[in-house]
Amino acid sequence: MSTLPENRDRVPGVSEARLAEIRREAESRGVIKAEGIRPPGAPFPKASVETGYYGIPLLKQPQWKWEVPLYFFVGGAAGSAAVISSMAQWVGRDPELARDARLVAATGAVVSTGLLISDLGRPARFLNMLRVFKAQSPMSLGAWTLAAFGTFSGAAAFAQFAADYFGSAPVRILGNIAQAFSTAFALPFHNYTGVLIGATAIPVWNENIKMLPLHFGMSGVNAGVSILELLGHDRCGALNTLGIAASAVETFEGIHIESNRNPVIEPLKHGATGWATRVGGVLSGPVPLALRLISAFTKSRNVRRAASWSSIAGSLITRYAWMEAGKASARNWRLPLETPEKAARKEQGRVGQEFEHIKEQAS
Amino acid sequence: MSVTAFLTDSTLCIGCKACEVACKEWNGVTEDGLDWSGYSYDNTGAVGASTWRHVKFVENAPEPGLGGNAPDMNSWAFSSDVCKHCEEAGCLEACPTGSIVRTEFGGVFVQPDVCNGCSYCVVACPFGVVARNEKDGRAFKCTFCYDRQKEGLTPACAKACPTESIKFGEIDDLRLRAQERLKELHARGMDDARMYDPTDTSVKGTHAFFIVRGDPRSYNLPPKPEVPTIYLKDGWKSSALGAGMLLAGSLIAFLASARGSNGHSSKTLRNGRG
Repeated sequence: MSTLPENRDRVPGVSEARLAEIRREAESRGVIKAEGIRPPGAPFPKASVETGYYGIPLLKQPQWKWEVPLYFFVGGAAGSAAVISSMAQWVGRDPELARDARLVAATGAVVSTGLLISDLGRPARFLNMLRVFKAQSPMSLGAWTLAAFGTFSGAAAFAQFAADYFGSAPVRILGNIAQAFSTAFALPFHNYTGVLIGATAIPVWNENIKMLPLHFGMSGVNAGVSILELLGHDRCGALNTLGIAASAVETFEGIHIESNRNPVIEPLKHGATGWATRVGGVLSGPVPLALRLISAFTKSRNVRRAASWSSIAGSLITRYAWMEAGKASARNWRLPLETPEKAARKEQGRVGQEFEHIKEQAS
Repeated sequence: MSVTAFLTDSTLCIGCKACEVACKEWNGVTEDGLDWSGYSYDNTGAVGASTWRHVKFVENAPEPGLGGNAPDMNSWAFSSDVCKHCEEAGCLEACPTGSIVRTEFGGVFVQPDVCNGCSYCVVACPFGVVARNEKDGRAFKCTFCYDRQKEGLTPACAKACPTESIKFGEIDDLRLRAQERLKELHARGMDDARMYDPTDTSVKGTHAFFIVRGDPRSYNLPPKPEVPTIYLKDGWKSSALGAGMLLAGSLIAFLASARGSNGHSSKTLRNGRG
């Protein structure tokens, strides 16, 4: 007989003898002599192919808290801002926009990191995220991408400040190098969250894996453009063009969801989560698209600002809607068991009758 | 060290829940409420952060005779559920900290000293097994009694099972024994007895398989569990497309406005705040 390993968590007195005792007790007393407790409302539907296991969900709901959808929003906007910054600097020749976008990217990276750490069950262990590198885990890739993006966007923003105050050429060059790396990491960072939730066992998420990253990315572009506009760049034509493109893609994604008849995506169309998805979709799709097109012709800054606010609200609502839709999808026990709803209703009726029959026999 | 497995034979289970008790006592798992569910004698509900073994009570219409019950009572089927310890485990692939590992016995083990509670494994499990304990912060599930196996001992649940419904042993040997048991059950007229071990899906089989009667779905066992890594390719393709669109879109937008601004006032571009 070998000795047992040390285990500080173990309840005192648990031993091999105790396990044998549990077994003996079960043998002598584990005999059921009567029906189970039947609370008011019983009998409940029985367990069967059509009714599932008492309707108890098979899958676990996502346990992420409010920080994670907000992180999706902030990360999407920050990543997009980094790309916009580089384009404004090297293509658009708009240094003011480039500077503000660098700032937005760096601030977003810091806020993103804070949100992610805050959601951890053990925040003090956040560095364990960088303990290994796993290409097959979007969470691992995301953590590494955020670390790299945060470092380079922070360095780029810091160099911007330093160069602005001291006007040193080497600092400016180093800042530009950092900005180039920041942009490279911003490209996957701005939309990887779509892969993160799509590559899971949650039916409504994995069903939409082909559109989620693009959808989340464009939602982030919309938000990033709008934040920069609200910071004062509401006369920049390029930002409006980019906003029009992102809103157009979001409009298309909305139509794609509404026209999909697959019952798996039900939480995106029905109930509270369905309405949240719809409101988020309208606010980030057709509404800003129309407003931006109007502002392109009328040059109205108020219309432009309305489009920005609508896009930001829409992007934010969209992230929370997808999270809640995932929870609703996990609660639907029929999906992983592949039980159609119609069959279930029919069977519930039949089961009820059977129980009546049993009761009659018993009385 | 040999690769091991559980064979849970529900035709032998009497629903005594000794496995639940033994698991909780051995592993020091916290209690998770004492509420009556009304679902037969199942007041546990499902496996989770604080439930690593869970006895399911599947009630059927009265069925006198073989495998049945007295005529005025429902017939029952019981089955002790547990982490499946998949060959391709969603939780293990998803874990960003490397906390979840495959042990030398083939089981999937969450190292509690590494887990930081990101809860990504929770949504990656196609069987809804692993969960984050909100009080503790970390994710927990069946350890396959890794501590006991290291000492050459049988896992606590299998040790405490009075009818040997929970069998533990070397995996290939157990698969053979399961086939023999099925033959025996079929010969005795239990034609609906079958094995649940999803080897034909992307999880590629498990280290905890079950003999159940009837459709596994009435035991909340999914017909097609898939490891979520199969969605990665489509996901990264879409991500690359999105990144390309952002890059191309912003390039075109700024090129167009830079060109347009040559003829116009630079105000639209430079004096954004004006």
